[in-house]
Amino acid sequence: MIAPSSISNPTLEGTDDDQLLRVSLGPQHPSTHGVFRMNVVLDGETIVSLKPVFGYLHRNHEKIAECGPYLHSMPYTDRLDYICPLTNNWAYALSVEKLAGIEVPERAEYMRVILGELTRLINHTSFMGFILGDMGAWGSALMYAFREREKILDLFEHLTGARMMANFMRFGGCRYDLPEGWIGQVSTIIDDYGPFLDEMEQLLIGNEILLARTQDVGQLPAEKLINGGVTGPMLRAAGISYDIRKVEPYGIYDRFDFRIPLGEKGDCYDRIMIRFLEMRESLKILRQAIDGLPEGDFIHPKAKLRNFKPPVGEAYGRIEGPKGELGFHLVSNGTTDPYRFRVRAPSFINLTLLEDMCLGLDLADVVIILGSIDIVLGEVDR
Amino acid sequence: MAIDQKLAEDLKSQGIHVTSFESLINWGRSSSLWPMQFGLACCAIEMIAATMAKYDMARFGAEVFRPSPRQADLMLVAGTVTKKMAPLVVRLYNQMAEPKYVIAMGACAISGGPFKQGYNVLKGIDRYIPVDIVIPGCPPRPEALLDGLMALRKKIAGEKLIGKNRVRHADAKGTAEFPVPEYGPHDLQPTANREIWHPKPVVHEEGGDR
Amino acid sequence: MNPDIDAILNHLREALPDAAIELRRNPGPAEQHSLLVEAASLPDVCRFLHDELHFDYLSNVTGIDWPDPAKAEAVALADNENETKEETEESPPKPGFLEVVYHLYSHRDRVGPLVLRVRTLDRGENVEIPSVVSIYRSAEFQEREIYDLFGVRFTGHPDLRRILMWDEFVDHPMRKDYVAPDDFEYEPTPHDAVLERAKEHYPS
Repeated sequence: MIAPSSISNPTLEGTDDDQLLRVSLGPQHPSTHGVFRMNVVLDGETIVSLKPVFGYLHRNHEKIAECGPYLHSMPYTDRLDYICPLTNNWAYALSVEKLAGIEVPERAEYMRVILGELTRLINHTSFMGFILGDMGAWGSALMYAFREREKILDLFEHLTGARMMANFMRFGGCRYDLPEGWIGQVSTIIDDYGPFLDEMEQLLIGNEILLARTQDVGQLPAEKLINGGVTGPMLRAAGISYDIRKVEPYGIYDRFDFRIPLGEKGDCYDRIMIRFLEMRESLKILRQAIDGLPEGDFIHPKAKLRNFKPPVGEAYGRIEGPKGELGFHLVSNGTTDPYRFRVRAPSFINLTLLEDMCLGLDLADVVIILGSIDIVLGEVDR
Repeated sequence: MAIDQKLAEDLKSQGIHVTSFESLINWGRSSSLWPMQFGLACCAIEMIAATMAKYDMARFGAEVFRPSPRQADLMLVAGTVTKKMAPLVVRLYNQMAEPKYVIAMGACAISGGPFKQGYNVLKGIDRYIPVDIVIPGCPPRPEALLDGLMALRKKIAGEKLIGKNRVRHADAKGTAEFPVPEYGPHDLQPTANREIWHPKPVVHEEGGDR
Repeated sequence: MNPDIDAILNHLREALPDAAIELRRNPGPAEQHSLLVEAASLPDVCRFLHDELHFDYLSNVTGIDWPDPAKAEAVALADNENETKEETEESPPKPGFLEVVYHLYSHRDRVGPLVLRVRTLDRGENVEIPSVVSIYRSAEFQEREIYDLFGVRFTGHPDLRRILMWDEFVDHPMRKDYVAPDDFEYEPTPHDAVLERAKEHYPS
């Protein structure tokens, strides 16, 4: 199939070794989105080889999860992908519910969808700000992005008490019920979000620098992407229709009417624009979820919080997170602590093909390509 | 020889300000701290939010985040410092020019935080470099970061530049560089820099005051 | 949607009669049953699943440390329970092993996860498993991570070296018998295991 040895061969036969420049980009670098390091070998400005180096934020989520009960890992999942904490919570709660066979009441499912789609909005908005910063528009687009993000963080703070690390999902539902007036606030913010997206698109779509730097940069054929385990907006930008919300609907996603935007070429421009389209679909889902929110329990009445012992077995649960497929593989041996807690992080797997995307391009393109993959080091290193 | 307050007021009303060199230099230094762009983990996002429009660190002179340590004088260690990253943090600190300050932002940078049990997590960056201000929180709100910045400014304003108790960067015998730990087979070597890290001895008995 | 694992097992047995593959039932409510594949047959099985049955997407590769094989058997139940009962009465205790679990999905047929399990012979010297990177590129970093944290050596991997820990590191930290290094000099609120380690630093 695809032979990686020819690309990743570190001895670089057949090249004039004296002329090559070895540069280590990172781990402290303005455009590496965190402590990410790339050992790059350059021939002039062209990339000859690129080896990512991870581990600078390896915080041992998996080992710490084995030391305590299932619930104690819930706040740690916030810190995995720290730009979208609530979807991490949801993925973990979903996996434990699969492991233990717990059902979730309807109101809780609607609450989860609302919070999940709000998280998708803040993730894609922050992405837009960061990638424009990578292109050189340092600060301007990020100001707009974070202005909108702050509005949604205020909502989270009103509901959960924390701006970022919400720790809101529980096994069987959510932590507590929505306060009065919260849904009205969400409704107002969604109404204003559409015009904000129009404004940003208008600024970006015709921008010469954006078009020149992102079009036809970082493409790969579709089979290579599937084989490399790529998921999320990166895969859909190449035209492959695979969104877990449609393929394997979790929660109540099969009740909502929304489309999956697909790109054409899979270059960086497609990856940026597809996220705008996804944000608009998220607004549609949010509107439907708010209109259809039923009364009821916010958590299963028989859900156990203390002394929770799922039956012996294992489960792999996954959701369509804003960055790709976020999955948790849990192995239980009948005790209160998980035997094995494995995080399948989308950013980590999406980076497998980073070298393939960058070979033959300039160093400046590497920054754009890395930005368009949308990585978060908390997830990559766990 | 202190100036009489009334005299100082009179002079001020006529446009003549009386102060000491120390106050003037410290005032300039504290009002224009340039942080180094050094976000490690989740706290970095709150740090970025503090520089954005809602919380606006620019009003306090600290908006110019320099990517290079040579051009910065404040290192905001925001996020978990892992053992793999620790030698690089110390090396970056050594590359900064005096006067330089360190703010440990977030529980992880102070003492390891929620990840303290991890085998790859350094239990606090103060093991290897001197820390001036700590900001607790997980993550601390942007207002807490601004509060920490205020505390640092107050500390700088109170620095003595001459005399016996002068601050490290005004002292010819003061060390600006600290030894960089190395990767050992099981842990960093050494596990801490004992010349700057003096933890209070804590003896905790089982079932004590919990 | 979970795949029809009995049908897949039949296809595999027809195509690869020499490969040692067993069906293992998942006792929990998730009902994600798995196929226990012998290490030597893994590349052929994966090649067949990829080319013929269109399982083109390898989602996740997990490493698990089983110092006690009985617990591993409890999570992935063998069909022939009588056989295992006889074995436990007569044969000597089996050594622990390291296990690698693969989750495969099919884009075309929209099914998954198909779970494959592969086990090493023991936790000491015989920890080799063939690599599937030439079939599924997404395994590249994940296999490196399992090598780093568990110690499983993947033969045929193009670049098998540590990925998350530094190169000079010697231990395999995710193993159940790993002891964390001693940096417990200052513990203001210790309890349980941490208190034991902190006591070594208390002034006598």
